Amino acid sequence: MLRKTLAALLLGAAAINTAQAADASLTIDIPALQVAEYHRPYIAAWLMPEGGREVTNLALWYQMDDKREGEKWLKDLRQWWRRSGRSLEMPVDGFTGATRAPGEHRIALGDAFSGLGPGEYTLYVEASREVGGRELLRLPFSWPVTEAATLKARGDSELGSVVLELAP
Amino acid sequence: MQRKTLLTTLLILALPLSAQAHRVWLLPAATVLSGDAPWVTFDAAVSNDVFYFNHHPLQPAAFTATAPDGSEIPLQNTHVGKHRGTFDLQLLQPGTYRVSMASSGLRARWEDENGERHFWPGRGETPAPGDFERKVPRDAKNLEVSRASRRVETWVTAGAPTDSALAPSGDGLEMHAHTHPNDLYSGETARFQFLIDGQPAEGTEVTLIPDGVRYRDSQEEMTFTADAEGFIAVTWPQAGRYWLEAEYQDDRAAAPATTRQGIYVVTLEVLPL
Repeated sequence: MLRKTLAALLLGAAAINTAQAADASLTIDIPALQVAEYHRPYIAAWLMPEGGREVTNLALWYQMDDKREGEKWLKDLRQWWRRSGRSLEMPVDGFTGATRAPGEHRIALGDAFSGLGPGEYTLYVEASREVGGRELLRLPFSWPVTEAATLKARGDSELGSVVLELAP
Repeated sequence: MQRKTLLTTLLILALPLSAQAHRVWLLPAATVLSGDAPWVTFDAAVSNDVFYFNHHPLQPAAFTATAPDGSEIPLQNTHVGKHRGTFDLQLLQPGTYRVSMASSGLRARWEDENGERHFWPGRGETPAPGDFERKVPRDAKNLEVSRASRRVETWVTAGAPTDSALAPSGDGLEMHAHTHPNDLYSGETARFQFLIDGQPAEGTEVTLIPDGVRYRDSQEEMTFTADAEGFIAVTWPQAGRYWLEAEYQDDRAAAPATTRQGIYVVTLEVLPL
């Protein structure tokens, strides 16, 4: 009896799991830097299909001010600027926000990934800091996944760890 | 406009038309710009050392800036110093802007009965209409008449690059950038087509020199010869600014000229991937 209940419970859990939409999240660690003059970095996260040019923007953190002066430096996210930014009408809704302080920042990507067709992709995270450096990290992945997967990359200077968590 | 044409002509004639001459250049502070109506500043000069101001200024008034919609926009805060001319542009429209100085015209040289050589137009002389007929003796010994063109230019882009400012004029030696000149990245290959009076300029000799000659022992110049369709393909060895000069000459000039000559100079910026 007990055994049967357990099996039923397990089955139920499995059913709940398949009923859930596939999910994804990205955690970006902004390192605390001991420098004389520190400004929070501009950060862009986006993904592109392998061999394709179509960009899905996931996050853009930059100086958002009334005079729109912060847009002057968006080109310093130079890979993102080339692939997407320069063709956008700023400001854009949905994925933009203010710059973030050092520490870990988790972004839920469920909405962005729900519209993603099956295939090979690369997720990019680019950071550029005023009077600082610039760094670009790449995380190649396949979508969808059959089991939960955690992909990691680590920056050397402007970015700490970048973690992409994928759930089936 | 009349004044600008005159000034440009004067300026260009004052510059020797030969490979041994000093190098002429127009250097933008940036070629890829973001933000609302960004400003960009330019330096224009003549020197032996590419992108170092140490010899002679170019006059801002000789340059014309063309917006993505084809309109001419004003050069602002112009200044002429001992070694460089400077000006600013505000890029109110998104897209690609062309900034150029161009001229073309007849030149002649001949010998008189004493074997003395003569040139027209003379140094610093601005030809008026009809001067060629009045001043060049058509029956002189060893008379050579050429149609010479010179263009010095660059491009800058606010937002996404556009193609309207890349269209060739059809006059003189020009570069038609099939790879957008404000979308150049190290390790990638760009294709540029050279045209003489709008037609492929086969055999155009092209020299490219990367910025920073002061900090190395050689020019590190790259040379190319345009193919039958006027094309060269450049794979950028490194990011940075490049000075490109192209020269062309042939014997297919419209009368009264017997030869055509063209000099073309452009500054290109290559970004790191």
